[in-house]
Amino acid sequence: MKTGVCVFLAAFVSLGASWCGFVLAPVLQLGGAKQTVILQTTDNWPLQRTGDATLGLQVYRANGCAACHTEQVRQTGMANEVTLTGLGIRKPEDFSAFAKSLFVLPELASYTNAIAASLNGWNGALPKTLFITGDNDLASAMADRLKAAGVKSETRLVATGADIARGWGLRQSVAADYLYDQPVQLGSLRAGPDLANIGVRVPDANLQMNHLYAPKSVAPNSTMPSFKFLFEVRQKINGAASPDALNLPKEFAAADGFEIVPKPEAKQLAAYLLSLKANVPLYEAPFTPAK
Amino acid sequence: MNPTENKSCCTNAIDASLRVPLLALFGGAAVWLVVGLVLGLIAGIKFHAPEFLAGCPLLTYGHVAPAANDAVLYGFCIPAALGVILWIFARLSQNPLALPLVPVVAAHLWHLGVFIGTAGILLGGSTGHTWLEYPRAAAVILFTAFLLIAVSAAATFGWRREQTLYPSHWFLFAALLWFPWIYSTANLFLNSNQAPRGVVQPIIAWWFANNLVFIWLALVGVGIAFYFLPKIAGRPLASYGQALFGFLALIFFGTWCGIPQGAPVPAWLPTVSSVAAGLTLLPLLAILIVTVKTTCCANVSCKGGSFCFIKFGMMSFLVSGILYVAAACPQYSRILEFTWFGAAQTQLQLLGFAAMILFGAIYYLLPLVMDKPLPLPKFAKLHFWLAIAGVLLFIVPLAIAGVEQGGKLADANVAFADANAVALKFLRISTTGQLLILLGAVLFAVNIFIMTIQWKLGIAKTVIAYIKSPLETSEVKS
Repeated sequence: MKTGVCVFLAAFVSLGASWCGFVLAPVLQLGGAKQTVILQTTDNWPLQRTGDATLGLQVYRANGCAACHTEQVRQTGMANEVTLTGLGIRKPEDFSAFAKSLFVLPELASYTNAIAASLNGWNGALPKTLFITGDNDLASAMADRLKAAGVKSETRLVATGADIARGWGLRQSVAADYLYDQPVQLGSLRAGPDLANIGVRVPDANLQMNHLYAPKSVAPNSTMPSFKFLFEVRQKINGAASPDALNLPKEFAAADGFEIVPKPEAKQLAAYLLSLKANVPLYEAPFTPAK
Repeated sequence: MNPTENKSCCTNAIDASLRVPLLALFGGAAVWLVVGLVLGLIAGIKFHAPEFLAGCPLLTYGHVAPAANDAVLYGFCIPAALGVILWIFARLSQNPLALPLVPVVAAHLWHLGVFIGTAGILLGGSTGHTWLEYPRAAAVILFTAFLLIAVSAAATFGWRREQTLYPSHWFLFAALLWFPWIYSTANLFLNSNQAPRGVVQPIIAWWFANNLVFIWLALVGVGIAFYFLPKIAGRPLASYGQALFGFLALIFFGTWCGIPQGAPVPAWLPTVSSVAAGLTLLPLLAILIVTVKTTCCANVSCKGGSFCFIKFGMMSFLVSGILYVAAACPQYSRILEFTWFGAAQTQLQLLGFAAMILFGAIYYLLPLVMDKPLPLPKFAKLHFWLAIAGVLLFIVPLAIAGVEQGGKLADANVAFADANAVALKFLRISTTGQLLILLGAVLFAVNIFIMTIQWKLGIAKTVIAYIKSPLETSEVKS
């Protein structure tokens, strides 16, 4: 490093290499991405958002929602979920006894407690999840035994992980999910819950708007600030509530004779939230959807 | 190796040539530091009292949090670092600053850009990409201002009298190349009307954020420290070879970090990042060895002076680097991703490392440049202790909060609200730390402002004295 030219070249080559790797290569690999197809259907994914939801993404960006919320489901792996779907001529008690007779099988040793717990107090309601295993052979052996015992069962492929168990999505988020996001806001902090699947978890626009206006009216422990400025307080006309007015619990509602009405931004934001879904299987994120 | 300078005739001339540009850069930087920390404090308080200022759309959390981070990085760290770079380049070149008017214009332009950017975020004009929130208008201004300052620095470097390069040159020269490249790339791709589709956007944004917050600040901070530590310690910089290895390994491996492990992108990207992060331990180690060897036996009394600011900064750099590598390790990333841990690492990089080194450098060089001692040296000492206590109180609980929160989030049986509540306990201590850092920054700003005002009064006095003085006889017409 005797001359400025050497320093320049070293810096140029190293930054240039990472530019090629992390800017150019992703553009070439993913820059032409197109809609993909939902597994075992001919439906396209993701769908272009409606006008309101597209505008709502801009409200989400302008208010910096991504400072506290991620839009990204993670999964740790895949597993087989063996579910009982029909008992045939058997009675629930018979089946429980049959299941317990299987506990002596050595390959089932680590699942014995889980199955026993799931059958404990079972009243025969179907479908009934028996157990979840990462072992394909065990799952198919179990399905064979259940078939031989004369009951109907179904083995589904499910994603595993804390995010999935929390109901934040049915499978991990993949690159294809963000095709229509402009800008893509994955978020880096979960000071609030993940929103990748919020449109499935809370599909009610009114509830979403209640939550935006007074977060504590929906989630008592919420640390989310109120987005009051996306709403206006109006005097009721002739004492009648307008159709858009929020239906809030008493302690959050406006004073008598007044009502809280969402501005267009609030409606757009709610429409955007409802458009967030992570509930369809894709080639790169498969699972067996429930029927 | 020691910064090759002899107390020649020109030192005073060199320092005097930097007076106006540095005051413009540092003065604005001090203001933005205070503004950024106030915004950060507001953001912190909102976690304890979500209703705090909830009626004010400008100050909703999603506005103040990014505005605070950007004001500290773009408002303080970058202009302050550019000022220190100009001074070091002029000193190492043994030549006064070249094109001295250019950085003055650029400094004002830069601060205007930060103003437009901050206002843009608060008004809802953020681009939505982390560390790139400033709207397009601000980005264009910032880019132009940076180029102007880089031109002046490069000219000073080109016209140097002392030909041999010093290790600080490598780091700082690379930093001058780095920023225009990454900033233009990120803005052209992400802020254009035809941005790339889907996850290409966050990939480019992560590349940019890593190269700015991790690499650029590291280049600048280490470059500045490698200049001041030997100078103040009165000993040569230990081991040229290790410094060179540290520099090359940092820029070759470090620039590949930054893609989060769980990102919904093709798997090769996070894998490359993870490997690169592991290799980045090598330059961290090399830089640590150089720093320790240079400073360990130095008989310099600390007392909250520049030396200690910079030493603390280098320790923070090491810790911040290790946290960064840890978070890139797939095993830990599963727990630490999406928690406060990432924020703790970033804030340590900004406030514990970069800002501390810049404070130390500015407290050292400003009296030389102004040819006047610091007006309130006690404030500087108090600032040191406030800054250290503040950084520790801010960062340590935040990092612990991240680990605890991550553990709870990974267990689906723990309700989300409970995981959040665990973090809130620690956030209370963090907010106290933020307050201390803010107080320290105010003391820093006061020192700079008194110096500026004294200097302006001095100029005014000279002008008045000149106007009032009797004309010389030769000019009096009879």
